[in-house]
Amino acid sequence: MLEKTGIPTPEQLEAIKPSKERLAKGPVAIVECFQEIPCDPCYTACNRGGFLPFEDINDLPRTDEEKCNGCSICVGFCPGLAVFIVDETYSDDEALVTIPWEFTRLPAEGSQVWGLDREGNEAARVTVKKVRKSAKKNGAHVITLMVPKDKAYDIRSISHKE
Amino acid sequence: MLETEVLVIGGGPAGLKAALSAARQGAEVTLVERDPFLGGQLVKQTHMFFGSKEQYASERGVNIAKILSKEVEENDKIRVLKDTTALGYYEDRRVAIEMEGKFETVNHKALIAATGAQENTLVFPNCDLPGIYGAGAVQTLMNVHGVVPGNKVAMVGAGNIGVIVSYQLLQAGIDVVAIIEAMPKIGAYLVHASKVRRMGVPIYTSHTVVEARGKDCLESIVISQIDDKWQPVEGTGRKLDVDVLCVSVGLTPLTELLFQAGCKMAFIGELGGHVALRDINMETTVPNIFVAGDVSGIEEASAAMVEGQVAGLTAAKNLGYGLDDYEEKVAAAHKELDGLRRGPVGGKIRAGLDKLYKEGEVAV
Repeated sequence: MLEKTGIPTPEQLEAIKPSKERLAKGPVAIVECFQEIPCDPCYTACNRGGFLPFEDINDLPRTDEEKCNGCSICVGFCPGLAVFIVDETYSDDEALVTIPWEFTRLPAEGSQVWGLDREGNEAARVTVKKVRKSAKKNGAHVITLMVPKDKAYDIRSISHKE
Repeated sequence: MLETEVLVIGGGPAGLKAALSAARQGAEVTLVERDPFLGGQLVKQTHMFFGSKEQYASERGVNIAKILSKEVEENDKIRVLKDTTALGYYEDRRVAIEMEGKFETVNHKALIAATGAQENTLVFPNCDLPGIYGAGAVQTLMNVHGVVPGNKVAMVGAGNIGVIVSYQLLQAGIDVVAIIEAMPKIGAYLVHASKVRRMGVPIYTSHTVVEARGKDCLESIVISQIDDKWQPVEGTGRKLDVDVLCVSVGLTPLTELLFQAGCKMAFIGELGGHVALRDINMETTVPNIFVAGDVSGIEEASAAMVEGQVAGLTAAKNLGYGLDDYEEKVAAAHKELDGLRRGPVGGKIRAGLDKLYKEGEVAV
């Protein structure tokens, strides 16, 4: 249970997964935000209406999966580091997973690192495809990883020890 | 003796906003800060803030400190006294301060106490071994002074401070072996918990520290699961080798000045301890003495900033400043506060404020 472990349940994760049709079209945001807290920068960061307007600042964020093009600007703005981009269309056996990153040491593009699951376990060796330093002065950096396709919904970080 | 219209004590998020709000309405303000810099706890908060644009959401606390400090320093209605400690409150409405090693008093027409809070401690065998710190102290060591506290850390308390400081320890390259929480659930915003979990830090809910061990300094701790009566469950004890233990088990409002000033006080657990009774515009039972931020009830810095605005606006209004737009501005601030407190995570503060206002009715 998320409240006990800090790890969302499979049911919670399934409920926020974009539709199969949308995933087949390319990169899209996945927002792993399951607690109503007063927070709305994901909505204000997006300039294409990718997030539905908040009626109450405590609302859970909801994406408009047709308007979201997976640009990843929200990834660096989310104070909870809870937005990820998944692109299932990258290749036959690899998907792209984009994560926020707040450690000073940035991995080199093209390097191999450990991809970590939500519990911090080493899930697979992954390739760092792209590293974007924070778009705004003090947001999170944004890193795109090439991961085995069957790990696209498991890998949510990389090791900070390499 | 110094003279001022509005005296603000404390240069944290609440005090900075209170000073700015009162000065912008036209009042002449003096801001007293114990540290040699403004910002209070914001200066060590390297994480992005929640909230909305009005409360600088998505900015890091340390940058909010810079933004607000600059605005305060550049405002010619505000006199800033850094390295200055408020010592006491006299019957003739003067506040005693120690400024640059000298004793002074400040005569004022309105006072805004934004004195913040102090960390709670936890008692267990050998809890006084060197290496056992308050989590806030470790955050100050790391993020203000650039000193790492040790190599292997355990954190007691999975509230926002415990979880955030754990993450900052990881960012500083230090091992965090466990976060231990006595409650059955994580108190921190769950997105904070998830981000430390995916860096490999376990969170043990329903667990406590049984004892600390070490000869001259901390070498290990023993933790154990606890039952619903908070008693250790036999056979669940285990030893963790750590050289640092951080204790993050809540905060208590720093209310000494308010007691001295004769404000009616009440003990309200949901707000962190003794707090001054106050109305919705932050005015205590002593006319023209206001509170804002953690001293009025432990809450997030975003709420502290808005409370500071409310106190600053109202103090200025009481002195005859900004009467034209007071109602509009204070209503906007209340709307922000309501938004921050309306959700499920605002339950505790709402319960505390309900009690506070009920006590207030009795007191009147």
